[in-house]
This record gives sequence, structure tokens and C-alpha cells, in this order.
Amino acid sequence: MTWPILSVITALPTVGALLVFLMARGGEEAAARNARWIALWTTVIVFAISLLLIARFDPSQAGFQFVEEGRWLASTIGYKMGVDGISLPFVILTTALMPFCIVASWKSVAKRVPAYMMAFLVLESLMIGTFSALDLVLFYVFFEGGLIPMFLIIGVWGGPRRVYASFKFFLYTLLGSVLMLLAIMALYWNAGTTDIPTLMTTAVPRSLQTWAWLAFFASFAVKMPMWPVHTWLPDAHVEAPTAGSVILAAILLKMGGYGFLRFSLPMFPLASHDFAPLVYTLSVVAIIYTSLVALVQEDMKKLIAYSSVAHMGFVTMGIFAGTMQGVAGGVFQMISHGIVSGALFLCVGVVYDRMHTREIAAYGGLVNRMPLYALAFMVFTMANVGLPGTSGFVGEFLSLIGTFKVSLPTAFFATFGVILSAAYALWLYRKIVFGALVKPSLATIKDLTFREVLTLAPLLILTVLFGVYPKPVLDMSAASVQQLVTNYSHAITAVKAAALMH
Amino acid sequence: MNFTPAGYSLLPVVPEIVLAVGAMLLLMLGAYRGQRVTSLVVALAVCLLILTGALELWLPAGKLVTFGGSFVVDSYARFLKVLALVGSATTLLLSLEFLGDQSRRIFEYAILILISTTGMMVLISAGDLIMLYLGLELMSLALYVVAASNRDNVKSTEAGLKYFVLGALSSGMLLYGMSLIYGFTGTVGFAGIAAAAKSGSIGVAFGIVFLLAGLCFKVSAVPFHMWTPDVYEGAPTPVTAFFASAPKVAAMAVFVRVALTAFPNIVHEWQQIVVFVSIASMALGSFAAIGQRNIKRLMAYSSIGHMGFALVGLAAGTAEGVQGVVLYLAIYVAMTLGSFAVILTMKRNGQPTEQVSDFAGLSRTNPVLAFFFAMLLFSLAGVPPLAGFFAKFYVFTAAIKAGLFTLSVIGVLTSVVGAFYYLNIVKVMYFDEPAGAVDPMRVELRTVLAVAGIFNLLFVAYPGPLVSAATAAAKSLF
Repeated sequence: MTWPILSVITALPTVGALLVFLMARGGEEAAARNARWIALWTTVIVFAISLLLIARFDPSQAGFQFVEEGRWLASTIGYKMGVDGISLPFVILTTALMPFCIVASWKSVAKRVPAYMMAFLVLESLMIGTFSALDLVLFYVFFEGGLIPMFLIIGVWGGPRRVYASFKFFLYTLLGSVLMLLAIMALYWNAGTTDIPTLMTTAVPRSLQTWAWLAFFASFAVKMPMWPVHTWLPDAHVEAPTAGSVILAAILLKMGGYGFLRFSLPMFPLASHDFAPLVYTLSVVAIIYTSLVALVQEDMKKLIAYSSVAHMGFVTMGIFAGTMQGVAGGVFQMISHGIVSGALFLCVGVVYDRMHTREIAAYGGLVNRMPLYALAFMVFTMANVGLPGTSGFVGEFLSLIGTFKVSLPTAFFATFGVILSAAYALWLYRKIVFGALVKPSLATIKDLTFREVLTLAPLLILTVLFGVYPKPVLDMSAASVQQLVTNYSHAITAVKAAALMH
Repeated sequence: MNFTPAGYSLLPVVPEIVLAVGAMLLLMLGAYRGQRVTSLVVALAVCLLILTGALELWLPAGKLVTFGGSFVVDSYARFLKVLALVGSATTLLLSLEFLGDQSRRIFEYAILILISTTGMMVLISAGDLIMLYLGLELMSLALYVVAASNRDNVKSTEAGLKYFVLGALSSGMLLYGMSLIYGFTGTVGFAGIAAAAKSGSIGVAFGIVFLLAGLCFKVSAVPFHMWTPDVYEGAPTPVTAFFASAPKVAAMAVFVRVALTAFPNIVHEWQQIVVFVSIASMALGSFAAIGQRNIKRLMAYSSIGHMGFALVGLAAGTAEGVQGVVLYLAIYVAMTLGSFAVILTMKRNGQPTEQVSDFAGLSRTNPVLAFFFAMLLFSLAGVPPLAGFFAKFYVFTAAIKAGLFTLSVIGVLTSVVGAFYYLNIVKVMYFDEPAGAVDPMRVELRTVLAVAGIFNLLFVAYPGPLVSAATAAAKSLF
């Protein structure tokens, strides 16, 4: 490896945004067309380069690969990038979904297209950076920086209550994150560096672990989002444009889970162990309560948003179980949810573009006029339910198994979530797709266009492929997850042994 | 020269002498040629400031002391003097339009800014209480006059008068504190005070309280902030930009120097005062700004809050803390001057508009302007990856190291509250319907905005030089 591949894919989208800024001139039409094509090509090229990462990645190694280092703020706060088996899937997920987001916004975003594309491209840079940063401060910069473009995307191109939703999104997330920033500083003075690999092997005093864990938790729990700090998510989802929802559900939420995996577990194992019951409780509440809430929603996007909160409950539960299956299940569930929820929001976008409403009651009997749509929507609904044979099943199953070994009551209650998710997802599907097509407004609705097929088909294939053959994702992360789990259990048994000695 | 007794070398004060003499010459030029040469005087004043800055950097490296220890030139002074000079020079550029108006061709404006800048430089280099007072008054007296420079405007004259009366009060407190300190330590030199005040005596403690009260007034920290919103609103906008930048730098510089070089052995005596002032400023700056509709008043509360954040670094009382303060000031000056370049641009049909609602839909009528302003606002709010984040990062890192956890937590929480009103302006610019195009932007405003905006955006990519300069500056105080 001779060139800094991670820095290139992180920087390239921003370069694309600059190009949009420079090239999107002329009349409004011409500018919009240029912006769309530049954005599409940029994201496709970034995706192509990111495939090189997969090709060159050595899954048998647990440590970080493609590591790049440079001077930055101080000798102890450097520019360091790198990926391991846990972060690489997220990087690929990001680069893979971006072209779909651009295509999904092709027609549905009509005003201020160049600015929209620039916001998305900058957002992509920041997201890739978040997943590949190997320095805490650098991570924080990317993590928080993503708020700016997302704030603008929701606020400028969003629905009627966009101002409220964008402010809520921004301030909630910022509030959680500033506390994490203080914890980052405390860690810095404790270890003398913000280098993540070094911090992972540095012992942190017990009391600092507790406080730092809580501070990191404040940030990631909001981002994830966990009950009871999830309330920004339905608002943000409902008001965001389709592609914004896709990115929000598929990638931004995963930053919370990624944070737990990258920081909470390896750096504060004792605190993670102490607080695991808290996380279990919140996860179970999220799974059951938000599933019930999802059952009574009248807005399609809101329903999917609440179902996201429930699914993220499985992820946090699996991660904090601290077992091989639990953590691997958490990672897989995040990747799968990234694909499935992204696809579901795209499905909502398809009908929203035609009817300009997301009310469930406004639809019904779409199967009669939209067979292709009905098929795609069905597969994603089934994946959302966690039907065996779809990717949703693998993640939920693994995280439940992992939790069973550690906490039976948690797993017991969490399993209800599977039933409830079937209830709301199938209910949604029945209301929208099945039945007779009686509403006059739907009489002329058209099936998927070629462009829409192009966006949904790859996601559909992946959903089924990972459902029957999850090996690629699991293998990619296996070594890193193994190391994480081993270190975690070592740290805890060491403390228990020490406690017995006294 | 054969009169160079040891300790009275004139070399360290060459930049100040050049600046002062230059200001006098320009005054002569203006006095003999009349108001016609206003723009020439302004241009020459800018050149003079640049020359002074160059001289400052040309001085031999290391610590230079003269006038028996009254005047100190070290890396700290150099960094902040250059910053203050940049602030003053930029203000003059921002004032060109204001001075171009037929009714207000007052060349004295530029002279006053030069004299005030001389005061700032003396203030930054002050090594004893007398020099501190001289510098402070030289700076302030000129400021009182510039505040009222829009003579025919009631608000402007009111601002000048208010500033003067309250400033006189604060000078009184400052002098009272100084006399107490002198009385209890027997010296006015910072080094001497540091040696004498090893254990806190009640007299010195009182002296510190009054001294810090006087300085808090100058940096507009709560509870001595009352003048700020009124003066910011009343003064002509370029003058507001000036108030928000260079004098703040100088006052904060001397604040830090006094605290750390005169009272390094009794940190606990003043630390709690600074912590209180800092928390109060951050909180008031964030909460009070929410209700503001006038952008200049909003910037006033914003600057109160920012001074609170800068004081977090001083509260730490360490080299990291000073580095944080110095960086904070540098980044703050860039953000503020950039923002004022935008505020000055906000004119419709030649009429300046000052309400937040006048920014409505700016992103559609002037996309580039709106983009840079939005980035400056996000930066003021402290959102990464913009420069303002790093300013806050350094001061809070120092505070955490010093164990000031309560202060840090309250600080970051108020920064979230503060984010709300900055976001509100972004919302007005980006989410609301346009309120009509603004007049084309003048070249000098465009330049200032571009430089400040690019600095703000690219600091993240190349922070090295500024950070290491700030580190060197901080080290020279310890």
C-alpha cells in the first residue's frame, strides 16, 4: 500500500463538493444537472475506491490496518486514520449507500440542488472520517461536524415542521456530545495521548472509567438513539427529505453503536460491566415500548423511525452482553439495519414522491397497480421483522443468543420485540399494499421507474444475500470482535480475581 | 545615543514609539490638509499598523525588559500585540465606508484608533501597575471618543457618554485595588508583588478583587458587562467591530499577565473570582442573547460569553490555560471581524439594517455571503471542524487538567445554549423566505470576510503554526 487510501476516500467527497460549487453555474436547470452528475460520479468513485479496502483488507488480523499518521494539533494529538474489522463494514456501508441517496434525490429534490448535493458530499466525508479516525479528537471533529450538513439538510429541504426538527436534532446531539468532549480531555490527561489504539491498552482508573463511561454514554445514547433520549429521531425522520432519512437511519445512528464498540467497551471495561444492567433495561424498554408506539403511528416514516429505535435496542443489548455472539450480532444488526431501514425509507420516498403524503390511511391496495413495489417493500418489511432468510434475522438472532448467555430476563423480554415488530411491520404492509384499490387518488399511481428499481434492487439483493450467507460481514469483523471480547472479559475477570484475593 | 543606562534601553519600545510618532504625524497631516485627506490618512494608518507589527516581529527574540522592569516584551506580548494590530488594521478597513460618507469625513477617527492601539501595546507589555494603568487609560480614553464618533446621532453620543462614565468608575476601582496592593506589598512591579505576596493577606486579597473588577469591566465580563450591549448597539458598526476585537485582546492579555506574573503564589485567592466571573459570563452571554433581535446587541452578548470562555483558560492558571486563552483570542478576533464584515454589508438601498430578521433568506439572495456567515456562526457556537471549536477545546482541556470539572461542565452546557441563538441566525438565513437582495459587497469587506472565513474553515487542516506560536507565548509567562 503506497497511497493513503482512507484519507483519499475521506477527502474526495469534499473535493466533489468543491467541484459542485465551482461547476454548478449557468441557469438553474443546468446547475442542478451538473450538481447531480458531479455528486453521483463522486460517490460512485468513492465507493469504487472503498472496494479496494475490502480487497486489501486482511480479515485474519485483529488490529488496525491502512494506518496513516501525521502531525496535527500537538505531538500527542495527531492525525491518525485506520480501520479494523469493526469499522470497515461501516465505512463500506457509508460509501455504498451514498450513490443511492444521490439517485433517490434525483427528481424529488428540485430546489437549490447544488447546495443539497454539497451538503450530502460534505456529510459523506465526515461520516467516513468518523468511522476511520484513530484519534479521539479527530473522531470528535468528524462526529460533531456531521451535525452541520444534516442540520441544513433537514432545515432547508425538510417538511413543514423542519425548523423544529432540525433544532431538536442539532441541540440534542450537541448536548450529549459536549460531555463526551470533556471525557475525551480527561482521558487525554490520563494517558497523555488521544491515540485510540494506545488508549485501548491504557488502564483507566476505576472512578474515571465511571465518569468517562457516563459522558460517552450521554453522547452515544442520544445518537443511537436509546430510550428515553430518542424523541428527536421521529421528528428528524419525518421532516427530513427521503435521502436525509436514509442517511440518518442507515449511518448516523450507527455512529452511536460504533462508539460503544470502539470506546466504551475497550476503554472502560469495568464501567461497561457495572452499567450493563442499565443498558439492558434501557434496551428492553426501547424494544418493547417503542414497538408499541410504532403500532399506533399514522405516519409511515414515523413508524419506521420508531422501529429503528427498537432495532437499535437489540444492538445495544448485544454489544453490552460482551459475548462473541452478542457483539458480532450487534455489528451485523447495524449493517443489516443500515441496508433495510435505508431501503424502507426509500420505499416510503417512492410513494411520497407520487402522492406527497406519508399518511398510512391515504394508501391501500397498491399491489394492484405497483407489483414491483409491493415485492420490494415486502422483502424489506420481512427483513425488518427479522424473518429467517433475510439479513434482519441474523443480527437479531445472534444478539439474542449472546444476551441469553449473560442475562436471561433481558433476552426473554427482548424476544417480545420480535413478535411486536412483526405486528407493526405487517400491519403497515397490509394497510398500504394489500386490499382493494379503492381510493380514487391512487387510481393512476405508477409502478417503480427504472431509476427506482436501480436504487432498490441492489439493496434487495444484499438483504437476501446477507440473510442466507452472512459470512462476508461476520468474517470481516470476526478477528476484531474476538479481540474486543477477549480483552473485555480479561479485564473483568482480572478485577474479580483481585477482589477475591482481598 | 550615549544615554543608555542599563535597564532603560529604548529598543523594546521602538514599535510603540514609531506608532505614536506616526499617529502624531498623521494628525498634523489631517490638521493641515483638512477632511479631504481622510481616506489617505486611513490608508497611511493601516500601513503604519503593519509597519509596527513588522517592527515588533523584528525585535530580537527572547525576553526584553526596559524602564526598570516596567515594560516587558516576550513571546506572549509579541503574539498578542500582533493580534491587536491586526484587529485595529482590519477595523480601519471595515471603517472605510463609514468614513467615506460626506457628513462624517473625520480623519481623527483613524488617529484615535492609532492612539488607542498604542495604549493597547503598552498595556500588553505592562510589567508594573503604573504602566498597566497608563496603557489602559490611553486605550480607553481614545475608545470613549470613537464610540461617540457619529456626533449627530443621539444613540452614538449616548453610547460614548455611558461608556465614559462607567469606564471612569471602573478606573477608580482599578486604582483603588492597585493602591491597596501597593500598600500591602510595597511595590508596583509585578515581579516584586509576586515576591511579596507569597501568602494571601486580607489587604492584598481586597486589592486583587478591585483590580480584577476593573479589568473585568474592560473585557466586559459579568457582573461588569452592563455597558456592553448599549455601547455595541449605539456605536457606529465599525466601532463596534473595533470594540469587540482589539481592546478585548489587550484587556484580556493584561488580565492574564497580572494574574499569573503578579500573583502566581496565591492562585487560590483569585482563581475562585475568575471561576465565578467565567461561569457568570458564559451563562449570561448564552441566555441573554436568545431574546435579542438586534444583531449588534446579540454580538455584544456573544462577546460577553466568549470572554467567559477565554477566562476558563485563565482559571486553570497553567501554561496550557494561557495557551488556550491566547488561541481563543486569536480565533475569536478572526470570527468576530469576519462576522462584522457581514453585518456591515447588510444594507438595503444604502440603509444599514441591524435586525436579525433582515438576514432572512440571505442564502438565496447572496449564497456565498450566507455560507461564510453561517460557517462563522457555527464556529462561534464551537461546532467542529471549524476554528471556534479548537478555541474552546484548548481552554477546556486546560481546565480539565487543572481539575476544574464543575466549571468545565457548566461551560460546555452553556455553549449548547449559546448554540441555539447562533443556529437561529442560520435558520433565518437558510430556512426563511428572502427579504430582498442586499447591496453589493464592498471590496474591503469582501477581503476581510474571505480571509476570516478561510482561516475559520481551514484551521482544522493546518493548525500547526498558530498552535506552536501560542505555546511559545504561553511558556514565556512561566
